[in-house]
Amino acid sequence: MAAVFEFYLVAYRRVWRGSAMSSFVLPLLTMLGFGLGVGAYVEGGVDGTPYLDWMVPGLIASTALQVAVFESTWPVLSSFNWVRTYEGQAATPVRLDDILGGNLLFVVFRALTSIVAFLLVALAFGVLHSPWALATLPIGALLAFAVAAPTFAYSSSVTSDSYLALLFRFVVIPMSLFAGVFFPVESLPLGLRWLAYASPLWHGVDLSRAATLGVAPEWSVAGHLAYLAVWAVAGYLLARRQFAKKLVV
Amino acid sequence: MSDPRARVRIVANEPLIHARGLVKRFGSFTAVDGIDVDVQPGEAFGFLGPNGAGKSSTMRMVGCVSPPTGGTLRILGMDPRRDGPAIRGRLGVCPQLDNLDPELTVRENLTTYARYFGIPRKVARQRADELLDFVQLSERAGSKVEPLSGGMKRRLTIARALVNEPEIVLLDEPTTGLDPQARHLVWERLFRLKQQGVTLVLTTHYMDEAEQLCDRLVVMDGGKIVAEGSPRELIDRYSTREVVELRFAAESQAGFADKLAGIGERVEVLPDRILLYVEDGDAALAAVHERALTPASVLERRSSLEDVFLHLTGRTLVD
Repeated sequence: MAAVFEFYLVAYRRVWRGSAMSSFVLPLLTMLGFGLGVGAYVEGGVDGTPYLDWMVPGLIASTALQVAVFESTWPVLSSFNWVRTYEGQAATPVRLDDILGGNLLFVVFRALTSIVAFLLVALAFGVLHSPWALATLPIGALLAFAVAAPTFAYSSSVTSDSYLALLFRFVVIPMSLFAGVFFPVESLPLGLRWLAYASPLWHGVDLSRAATLGVAPEWSVAGHLAYLAVWAVAGYLLARRQFAKKLVV
Repeated sequence: MSDPRARVRIVANEPLIHARGLVKRFGSFTAVDGIDVDVQPGEAFGFLGPNGAGKSSTMRMVGCVSPPTGGTLRILGMDPRRDGPAIRGRLGVCPQLDNLDPELTVRENLTTYARYFGIPRKVARQRADELLDFVQLSERAGSKVEPLSGGMKRRLTIARALVNEPEIVLLDEPTTGLDPQARHLVWERLFRLKQQGVTLVLTTHYMDEAEQLCDRLVVMDGGKIVAEGSPRELIDRYSTREVVELRFAAESQAGFADKLAGIGERVEVLPDRILLYVEDGDAALAAVHERALTPASVLERRSSLEDVFLHLTGRTLVD
């Protein structure tokens, strides 16, 4: 698995400068746009917390999710159908779990690098209230794995990349908008509220928010972690079955 | 490269690849229908056949990425079902379509691949340089793969298949799509590998490739082996020594077939020409003229593996 992860790092080394730069752009724009712009309209913040400070941890989790899902869509389809990286790996002593696990490890790594960039910007703007803010890293890693694994299963079962665009349009974007990143889930009508609670993102958002604000989360920490772990394990098993179907025929 | 024969000799009393009644089915479709194959150490062994004959399915089973549906398969004395990773560690695979990483450099493609075999980084770098020298790509070591020509990519894929110093190299249509210069360079490198004692197993539908490289080959058709032997043996067994191709300036060639009956061992009528399978081309041609037949064009040539191939697998187009 280490050798597969290493391959992705070597490939990433060629683009990391540009990638790192762009990792800072979204956080910076967010601070300016929401801190100076939207934040000025939200009087009294959310439950007494300034709006920017309340929203940033949610956006950290949401960024981890988006990076993780992106890295699990087009790159996976390409590794099966275009560049056929997996076929090359499968011809070596590397096992199925190494191929899948090494790639997932890289996806988590990419999510972590974007969280680090976000934390640095957030720190500079003084919106982190507790050293617990560092906990957004393991939280983001778990969230990234929990969404990347089922996305691997999805990407490896579709034949055309137009299905990947559907995933973003109907799953990722709605989730980013309604899973408690920009406003509390309680503001949603009851039916939609349950959809938000069911999404893995809300669990990552609630944990991250508790971490950067230094308060207790709305739900139990163990409950959040267990729920994300279920997504991670179930997603991995689905992805593994799909990989086996395509690579061992 | 270190001498791979040293390791081969340990299991020399068993063929490197041993298949009996090997079967591969995909649902109700039988791709490989009970084949028997033995490949000996140091041999260059070829699978010939039209598209869909079962060559690639066989190669994938030998490469331990496709479990056999039935029959016996042993590779390097091991069972692919149980010892897949161990066997794959001693094979080199050059797939039909290149799966190099276009974003990495030529050299990085080799070094990252070497890591899959647990080769230490330092050794991997050293071996990458030796192999790039071997396939004449040293000057492109630092450039990306994307802009390389088809022949260069193919040579790099072959170099990558050698990165673990394999005992058997599997080549699936190694020169399909290459221009003549590139093909000859690939053949020459493969021939050198063979001289070093590496066992080559290849599929091809180019008869000249099979004649150039293979000590022994099997012709597959519809998942079965229809003939086996050295290129020379197959020509002797399934064709005549020479072939005379006659082209008549008429709408239909078929009308001339009757008039040619009895000349040579076999007369084959094609839409645009007639083939006479004969022992002596000059004598046959004299006989043609004796019958007052005047073909518009005449070609006398030696029989080739292509004649055997078309005789055994038919002229019908398979896609």
